[in-house]
Amino acid sequence: MKRRDALKGISLTTLGLAGLSPQVKAAEVLDLADPDKKKEPWEPYGRTRGELERDAKLFKEQFFNKHEMKTISVLADIIIPKDAQSGSATEAGVPDFIEFMAKDQPNLQTPLRGGLLWLDTQAKRRFEKTFTDCSDAQRIEIVEDIAWPERKKTGMSQGIAFFSLMRNLTASGFFTSKMGIADLGYVGNTPNQWDGVPEEVLRQYGLDTF
Amino acid sequence: MPDIHFRPSAKTYDVIIIGSGAGGGMAAYELTKAGAKVLLLEAGQHYDPADPKYMTQLKWPWQSPRRGASTRYRPFGDFDAAYGGWDIEGEPYTTKNGTQFKWFRSRMLGGRTNHWGRISLRFGPDDFKRRTIDGLGEDWPIGYDEVAPFYDDTDRLLGVFGTNEGLPNDPDGVFLPAPKPRLHELMIKKANKNLGVTTIPSRLSILTKKINDERGVCFYCHQCGRACMAYADFSSSSCLVNPALKTGNLDVIYFAMAREILTDPKTGLCTGVSYIDTESLEEKSVRGNIVVLGASACESARLLLNSKSTRFPEGLANSSGVVGKYLHDSTGASRAAIIPTLFDRKRYNEDGVGGLHVYSPWWLDNKKLDFPRGYHIEYWGGMGMPSYGFGWGIEKVNGLFPDRSGNKREAGGYGAALKDDYRRFYGAYIGMAGRGEAVAREDNYCEIDPNTVDKYGIPVLRFHYKWSDYERLQAKHMHDTFERIIQEMGGIPLSDKPGPDNDYGLNAPGEIIHEVGTIRMGNDPKKSALNKWQQAHDVKNLFVVDGAPFPSQGDKNCTWTILALSMRASRYIVEQKNAGKL
Repeated sequence: MKRRDALKGISLTTLGLAGLSPQVKAAEVLDLADPDKKKEPWEPYGRTRGELERDAKLFKEQFFNKHEMKTISVLADIIIPKDAQSGSATEAGVPDFIEFMAKDQPNLQTPLRGGLLWLDTQAKRRFEKTFTDCSDAQRIEIVEDIAWPERKKTGMSQGIAFFSLMRNLTASGFFTSKMGIADLGYVGNTPNQWDGVPEEVLRQYGLDTF
Repeated sequence: MPDIHFRPSAKTYDVIIIGSGAGGGMAAYELTKAGAKVLLLEAGQHYDPADPKYMTQLKWPWQSPRRGASTRYRPFGDFDAAYGGWDIEGEPYTTKNGTQFKWFRSRMLGGRTNHWGRISLRFGPDDFKRRTIDGLGEDWPIGYDEVAPFYDDTDRLLGVFGTNEGLPNDPDGVFLPAPKPRLHELMIKKANKNLGVTTIPSRLSILTKKINDERGVCFYCHQCGRACMAYADFSSSSCLVNPALKTGNLDVIYFAMAREILTDPKTGLCTGVSYIDTESLEEKSVRGNIVVLGASACESARLLLNSKSTRFPEGLANSSGVVGKYLHDSTGASRAAIIPTLFDRKRYNEDGVGGLHVYSPWWLDNKKLDFPRGYHIEYWGGMGMPSYGFGWGIEKVNGLFPDRSGNKREAGGYGAALKDDYRRFYGAYIGMAGRGEAVAREDNYCEIDPNTVDKYGIPVLRFHYKWSDYERLQAKHMHDTFERIIQEMGGIPLSDKPGPDNDYGLNAPGEIIHEVGTIRMGNDPKKSALNKWQQAHDVKNLFVVDGAPFPSQGDKNCTWTILALSMRASRYIVEQKNAGKL
């Protein structure tokens, strides 16, 4: 739905405005920046000069190599797989997001790169191949040892820390994507009228008489 | 036309204002409306939230490659409307004796008002007379009754919603209708009723009704921090500088980093301002008959301290020696929790206004407590737009609760069950933050660092700041209150309760961004730099209209008082000018 159409859905007179309001003017501008139409990943979104220069530089760089990107993709889809409600982490673009974050926040670089190597070392010791070359069952065998922080399995604490970081980045990337937000059911970020909690929700929580 | 980089000739302005935030913006508005020819110096760039090139409102997280994560350029997130932050390249500040202070600056038209929380609280009668009440700090040279008419006019001019509650130290105002509480806010209100913690509609400068033809009305996107394209929230650029420009009496020079106030060695009066053009790095000067400082508490103090001359060896307007001293920020402490009754919530749009719909003004009597000053509580929660950090730390949460079938879950995990946890917990988190009054002390101060200059060659500030037990015990009380509220709601706190080893979770000084007090006003020229009209005791054509003149902070956010007092000082300037006294 075009934002201008969304705006038409609420009465401008209730907003206290008539004619071409600032909101409607703004909506026309926003239509130009419709994410469906955008080609470049770095289309400006109200950037300062310093920010534009820095982001352009980051987009030109590549931090993870192909093998690392593949490992990140496999892990991301183990963490957030496709299910009945929505697609998987890679379908939502999570690996590219993690690549960008590693460049944007350099303090993530060593934990991520080192963690990926830790994972490959585990895979080679156990199965004599890299994590991505392992079978699904072999991958899950390793993941089971690092996905449950409270099991505190001996020798696994660094792997647990790495997996927690991957879990957090994957969730952040997935649920801030278009797909993830639809999955979550967030329905805001659009002009509307707030008139309090819906009546049936008030009843559900026993707050209708409060 | 704000975009034109105006370079004035050798003309002399009636007034030069330094800084375009709340104080400077209000002075520009009042003085240009009164017919004065005004020059506004802004250290940063132009900004207009209705211009698409600056706009971040209504953007989706995926439009940012970092999904809204903060950067050095935007510490409050990639969509936040504050250019600058704690750490600006080439503009350092230092600290002394191992103490800590964090200094947030915005380099843009409107300054920090573009992103602030719009929490617009009047100080109450007691807030002007704290020394009389508890013997600490200093009374103001004015009382609530003298400021009230200017609060009323500020309410009418800029718009603030709220409710008249008749509370003794949280005065009623000229309020627009307040939005209804969100679900978690109703739950907080109910819990607080049982606990005796006063909880009332918040008071934010957001237009829930039309007040004039220049500004639109709130459309409830919850993004005031990104500044409003409809000008439905108050920021100095949109609501004060823009109308001032329309009078034709205002010129603005951008990228003008004020360096010092120029004075006539014979008369001791201000004659103008020298500044560095931050683009060409040239020093330039402008002439004016009156100088008004609105550069922010610390930046204005820095300017005075850097304006040394034979006649003013300790810096301008500083014969008292108080400039830079009595620096104080609001205290802050916060806690978050998860509320199991909110799991698997029904989805609907509850964005609401940008910020809290209810808050708790200070509800107790400090005479019965072991700390002298109060605090208020701000609340957050709800089904907000996801951003970078969404779901972070779920491995510390999801093992605490059985799954939907009542089976015990293990912390962490992966796969479909994990994916479902994020959905289940969405909208079940709440948080609360205390914002309290610190006691202003002489030994909390900023001064000129003798060894350091910024990239413009201007000597920088060095801070010395320590909390005392007044603030620590207040923070302890905040955390005790937070736990009682969370417990009453049936929630589970998400972090350990801080203790004495980390100052009971007190934020570092400066982090709340309510720093005030560095050029305080008073009746005694030996103990204050400004008189009760915010006019320098030593230099009659010099005024300060930001947070620097505050002798004390109140347990309120400072912006609404900065605005009311800047309006009052500006009208005084006009009266004095018309009476031939300036």
